[in-house]
Amino acid sequence: MAGQTLYDKLWAQHLVTQRDDGSALIYIDRHLLHEVTSPQAFEGLRLAGRKPWRRDANLATPDHNVPTTLKERSAGNAGILDDVSRIQVETLDANCESFDIEEFRINDERQGIVHVVGPEQGATLPGMTVVCGDSHTATHGAFAALSHGIGTSEVEHVLATQCLIQQKMKNMQVRVEGKLGLGVTAKDIVLAVIGRIGTAGGTGYAIEFAGSAIRDLSMEGRMTICNMAIEAGARVGLVAVDDTTIEYLRGRPYAPTAEQWPVAVEAWRDLVSDADAVFDKVVELDAAAIEPQVTWGTSPEMVVNVSANVPDPAAVEDETVARGMSRALDYMGLTAGQKITDIQLDKVFIGSCTNSRIEDLREAAKVVKGRKVADNIELAMVVPGSGLVKRLAEAEGLDKIFIEAGFEWREPGCSMCLAMNADKLGAGERCASTSNRNFEGRQGYGGRTHLVSPAMAAAAAVEGHFVDVRQYDYDRADAMSA
Amino acid sequence: MKKFERMQGLVAPLDRANVDTDLIIPKQFLKSIKRTGFGPNLFDELRYLDEGYPGQDVSSRPLNPDFVLNQPRYRGAQVLLARRNFGCGSSREHAPWALDDYGFRVVIAPSFADIFYNNSFKNGILLITLDEATVDKLFRETEAEEGYRLDIDLEGQRVITPSGEAFAFEVDAFRKHCLLEGLDDIGLTLEQSGAIRDFESRHRQAHPWLFRDA
Ligand code: SF4
Repeated sequence: MAGQTLYDKLWAQHLVTQRDDGSALIYIDRHLLHEVTSPQAFEGLRLAGRKPWRRDANLATPDHNVPTTLKERSAGNAGILDDVSRIQVETLDANCESFDIEEFRINDERQGIVHVVGPEQGATLPGMTVVCGDSHTATHGAFAALSHGIGTSEVEHVLATQCLIQQKMKNMQVRVEGKLGLGVTAKDIVLAVIGRIGTAGGTGYAIEFAGSAIRDLSMEGRMTICNMAIEAGARVGLVAVDDTTIEYLRGRPYAPTAEQWPVAVEAWRDLVSDADAVFDKVVELDAAAIEPQVTWGTSPEMVVNVSANVPDPAAVEDETVARGMSRALDYMGLTAGQKITDIQLDKVFIGSCTNSRIEDLREAAKVVKGRKVADNIELAMVVPGSGLVKRLAEAEGLDKIFIEAGFEWREPGCSMCLAMNADKLGAGERCASTSNRNFEGRQGYGGRTHLVSPAMAAAAAVEGHFVDVRQYDYDRADAMSA
Repeated sequence: MKKFERMQGLVAPLDRANVDTDLIIPKQFLKSIKRTGFGPNLFDELRYLDEGYPGQDVSSRPLNPDFVLNQPRYRGAQVLLARRNFGCGSSREHAPWALDDYGFRVVIAPSFADIFYNNSFKNGILLITLDEATVDKLFRETEAEEGYRLDIDLEGQRVITPSGEAFAFEVDAFRKHCLLEGLDDIGLTLEQSGAIRDFESRHRQAHPWLFRDA
């Protein structure tokens, strides 16, 4: 019999009951909550007279609606000027209080984007099942945790039963071998993968990212990759456990105690795919061939190398695809054949659960150090992923580098990733963004988003248009260190 | 959840691939703490010519005459015909809530995004996957014939066109059962509380570090 994949192992370890019809009941170890997808779930519990099954499995923090300016933040919830947003955050506070769920509130230093907070606290551990009412829950798979986004009905189901009804997915391996070029990052790997397999390429699969280029990445880089598995259509992205995983977790607040640690580590070592495991699909990429990536359209699969030109729909045979491309070019205000490096920008956003961790900020800071944001850039902002990331960055002096260059240094939250708070693009405004979605209207009504890595966003801020960061003169010395 | 009964639904065609959840219901409407009232903002950015905000009276907003659902012939549509990878993007259940609130009971497409698929069934919306060629054909027929209705037979797992042509579709047995009976799956799961408790105590023994209240 063939060996098991990492996904197969995690599935088997959480299987409560298998039903004849192919569905199964899966036990959930960690449930993360935020203000947007939970209110209706708590309301459902209340109406049915139910209680959370296991309170210590849950951890909550508001992130989507919180303002990111210091002035508003210092007023706590009262600083949220939009009434509807404020009510949503207050509702989370009230629900956590009445159901006795641990919450990092708006001005708790541990508050932040839920997918930054979980790993940072050690609340995401190898071998766990992790769910959250948010599609980017795939992020936590970087720790060999079976993690995926769920809808609000499922949030309620997990609260009430500690389980989910699931169908087993198929296994896909994305293997990236070799060494990345200098200035090329995890973000470029994952954008290249999405460019290759498309936004529906991973539908129905759990994707395990493997190969030497993945092993060489820090946990931050692995999280960036798993985060965007959903943009390739896969609910689950995974990376096997190794020393990097274990070292990252040592000493984190929710990690195993000193006594439990050696036992836990021994169990975690088994969280890798067996050598003879069989995947339903394998995709291979050569790391050395990956260039910095820039999206040009309104879907993450509309992505090209920075050295390329905007593609031409007329060159595409599939009619639905060609029509989609034309519509995207129209929305984005671009012409086929235009050089990517000629695209002028209005705003730059460094943040989101994809790229707002300390390593991302360090990488961006290296590029901007001693430089100034270009005159045509109306707003360049850095939004750390959590209060703790912010504090660490400030201890390293990164905030000063950004501020001196002309960036705004903000308080943690989702911010302009989806513009539910006051940070948004105006109609027609063009933004280099380190986030994960370039859908129409995503960063503001009529806004135009180009997805890039933090280094590419930083360089674009300085030049006012896209540039190939590999040809950019900055100190990359330890840019890629773990 | 309401029961899904056999229906003859008016079909509306949305001829566009990769319709994402931001397009189905833009983020500003996600601030609501209720499950209802999203219908007027379904496809908001396609449907209206201005930017919408929550709590607004939509009756005075300028409609986009080019958007298919604004055409009188599709008023009251219950079946949405769509292209591949429908519902990609976020986990927002507001997307199926908005479809439901608008009056759609069925979406037919060559493929759907996973989370959206799940969320829709939990809200009594039937998603039907048919191959590209069949979907193409249904698009042509819908556009050609005003008042085009499809007979949706979940029990028999068939879609039947006005000319009597039938297309079979797959749906997993559990989802089908829940939809037909209108079952609340939390209640069903809680019937297995014993099995969950047994699993939990074994799991706790093997991985005590996953339980912080120990
Ligand atoms: S940062 Fe963006 S993608 Fe991540 S959870 Fe927040 S809104 Fe979603």
